[in-house]
Amino acid sequence: MQHDDVIWDLIGNDSFCSYKVKTKTQQFCRNEYNITGLCNRSSCPLANSQYATVREEKGLCYLYMKVIERAAFPARMWEKVKLDRNYAKALEQIDENLIYWPRFIRHKCKQRLTKITQYLIRIRKLTLKRQRKLVLLSRKVERREKRREEKALIAAQLENAIEKELLDRLKQGTYGDIYNFPIHAFDKAMEKQEEETESEEEEDEEEPVTREFVADDGFEESDLSDFEDMNNLKGSSDEEEEAEEESSEEEESEEELEEEKTKAQSKGKAPLKGPIRKKRAYVEMEYEQETEPAQKSKAT
Amino acid sequence: MDSNEATTSESVSKKRGKTKKVKRKVKPDEAPVQEMDQAEGEETEKKSVSGPCFPPTFSVSEIKNKQRRHAMFLKLKEEKRKQKLELKKKKKKERKALGDQAPPKEVPKTIENQRIYDETTVNPEDEEVAFDEGTDEFSAYFSRLTNPKVLITTSDRPRGRTVRFCEQLATVIPHAHVYYRRGLALKRVIPQCVSRGFTYVMVINEDRKVPNGLVLCHLPDGPTAHFKVSNVRLRKEMKRRGKDPTEHVPEVILNNFSTRLGHSIGRLFAALFPHDPQFVGRQVATFHNQRDFIFFRFHRYIFKNEKKVGIQELGPRFTLKLRSLQKGTFDSKFGEYEWVHKRHEMDSSRRKFHL
Repeated sequence: MQHDDVIWDLIGNDSFCSYKVKTKTQQFCRNEYNITGLCNRSSCPLANSQYATVREEKGLCYLYMKVIERAAFPARMWEKVKLDRNYAKALEQIDENLIYWPRFIRHKCKQRLTKITQYLIRIRKLTLKRQRKLVLLSRKVERREKRREEKALIAAQLENAIEKELLDRLKQGTYGDIYNFPIHAFDKAMEKQEEETESEEEEDEEEPVTREFVADDGFEESDLSDFEDMNNLKGSSDEEEEAEEESSEEEESEEELEEEKTKAQSKGKAPLKGPIRKKRAYVEMEYEQETEPAQKSKAT
Repeated sequence: MDSNEATTSESVSKKRGKTKKVKRKVKPDEAPVQEMDQAEGEETEKKSVSGPCFPPTFSVSEIKNKQRRHAMFLKLKEEKRKQKLELKKKKKKERKALGDQAPPKEVPKTIENQRIYDETTVNPEDEEVAFDEGTDEFSAYFSRLTNPKVLITTSDRPRGRTVRFCEQLATVIPHAHVYYRRGLALKRVIPQCVSRGFTYVMVINEDRKVPNGLVLCHLPDGPTAHFKVSNVRLRKEMKRRGKDPTEHVPEVILNNFSTRLGHSIGRLFAALFPHDPQFVGRQVATFHNQRDFIFFRFHRYIFKNEKKVGIQELGPRFTLKLRSLQKGTFDSKFGEYEWVHKRHEMDSSRRKFHL
C-alpha cells in the first residue's frame, strides 16, 4: 500500500533522503521528477502518489504524470505526454491533462513550463549571436614561449640594430639635405680636390721660371745708352711682373681652397659671420701708365 | 672473497657519509664487480691504475642505487670537464706558438647561424616575388593610391590596461581612431568600416585585464593576421622615456623579414603607416623579427654626428607572435588560411623559423 505520510515521515523534514541537499536556509531535492526543486511535503515525488511534472528534452517539453493506480508498476509509473511547441497550446494541454488535479500541481506545472520556454528562447537567441570560443592555454607551452621570447630579445640587440639602420639611411641619403653632417662625404671630396690642386701646384711651380736678365761679363750699365737701358728695364720689369702675377695667382688659388674648406667646416657648425675676408698675398706694384690726353672734341 | 668483503665494507662506509677520494676511485671497480663476474672485476681493477674506466657497455644509468649512481655521474662530469679544460689549454698554447699563422678563430655557433635554411627565403632580385607583390592586396598602398586609416578596437568589455594601450597605439599610428566595441559582431563592423574608408581594423583581444591578442585585418578584402601579444609596456612604465610622441608621421623600420611569409607580414605592417615620413619629427617605429618574435619599438632619434645616433624610447612596446594568416577579411570559420601555426609540426625543431 502506498502511505504517503509514512514515507514523508521517513524521508521528510529532518530525516535522511538521498535526494536531499541541505543548505543553511533551505532544503533542495535533487530528484529529476521534482517540480519545484525544493524538498517539501507537497513537492516530494516520493511522498506524493499523485504527482505531475514538466520536463524538457532536446528542446521539447513533456508532461509527466504519476497516479496511484500505477504505483505497483515502477516501469510504467510515469505517463509521458508531449506538449505542443506553441506556449499557449501547451498550457491548454496541461489544463486538459491535469483536469481535476490539485491546484498546486497544476499551477506549478504551468510555472515550470513558462520557465522552460523562456530559457529555450534565450538559447536560440544566443546561438545566433557570436559565441566566444575559449582556447585553452597549455602551461608548458606558455612557459616555453616566454623563455624563447626572452632569449630572442637578448639576441636581437634592438638598440644596436635600430641605430645601425638609421646610420645606414643617413649614409644613403634618404634624409636629403636636412642634416649638414655629410662632412664625411665633404671631407672625401675635399681630399680629392686637395690632391688635384697639389698635383696642379707642382706643375705650376715648374712653369713660372722667374726670368732674370743677367749682365754679360765685363758689361757695365754705364756703357749702355739711356735709351737701351730703358728698354731693357721695361722688358725685365714686365716679365717680373708676369712671374709675380702668376705666383700670386697660385697663392690665391691655394688660399681660396683653404677658405672653402673653412667655409665648409663652418657651415656645419655655424653660419659665417660678417663679410668674407679673403686673405691675399699682397704684392705692391707700381704701374706707370701713359694715358693719352682725353679727346675733348666729341662727335655731335 | 676477500675482494667481496672489502667491497661490502667499503660500500657500507660509503653509505654512511661522504667518501674519500680514494674510496671513490675504487668504487668504479666495485660497482661493476657487484654486477658482473669477478673475472671482469679483476680486469677493471687492473685498469683502475690508469684512472676510472668502465667496460664498454657500462652506463651510469644502469646502477640501481641512487646515491651511488649520483656520485658516479658527478665523477663522470668532472672527468669531462677536466678533459675540456685540457683541450682548451692545448689549443691556446698552439695558438700562441703559431702566432700570426694561427688559424682564424672559429665563429661561435648561434641559433641564427644554425638556422635551418628555409626554402621560401626571398632573394632580393626575385622577379616572381616582385610580380606577386605588384599585384597583391597591398599594391594599392604601395603604388600610392590609398592612404592608411586605421580603426582600433578591443574585445568586449575592455579593462583599463587595454584601453590605455589602445589610446597609446592610436598616438603612435597616424590616422588611427579608437572605437569601443560594445558587443558588436566583427563581421558587421567590417563592411561598415569599408564604407567609411578605413584601410585597417585592429582588434586587441583581452584576457584577465591584459591585452594578449591582436587581429589585424586589411580592409578592402585584405589578409587577416592573428597575433599573440605579450610583454606590453605602457608609456608610464618605460624607463628613461622621452616626452609624448608628436603628430608627425614616423619612419618605419622592418628588420629580418626574410621568408615569403615574413615578406607579406612585413608589408602588412608597412601599410599601416602613411607613405611620406616627416623627418622633422625624428620618430621611428621599428618592427624587428627575431626567431619568429616581432618586437615593436617606438623611438625618437637624433644624429649627434655622422657616425653616432642617439635614440630615446617613447611610446608603448610589445611583442607579437604570428598565429595565423588568413586570406580575405576576418572569417574564422569559413576563411581560407594561408598559414596556421601548428605546434606539433612547427615547434619540433629549435632551429627552424618561419618568418
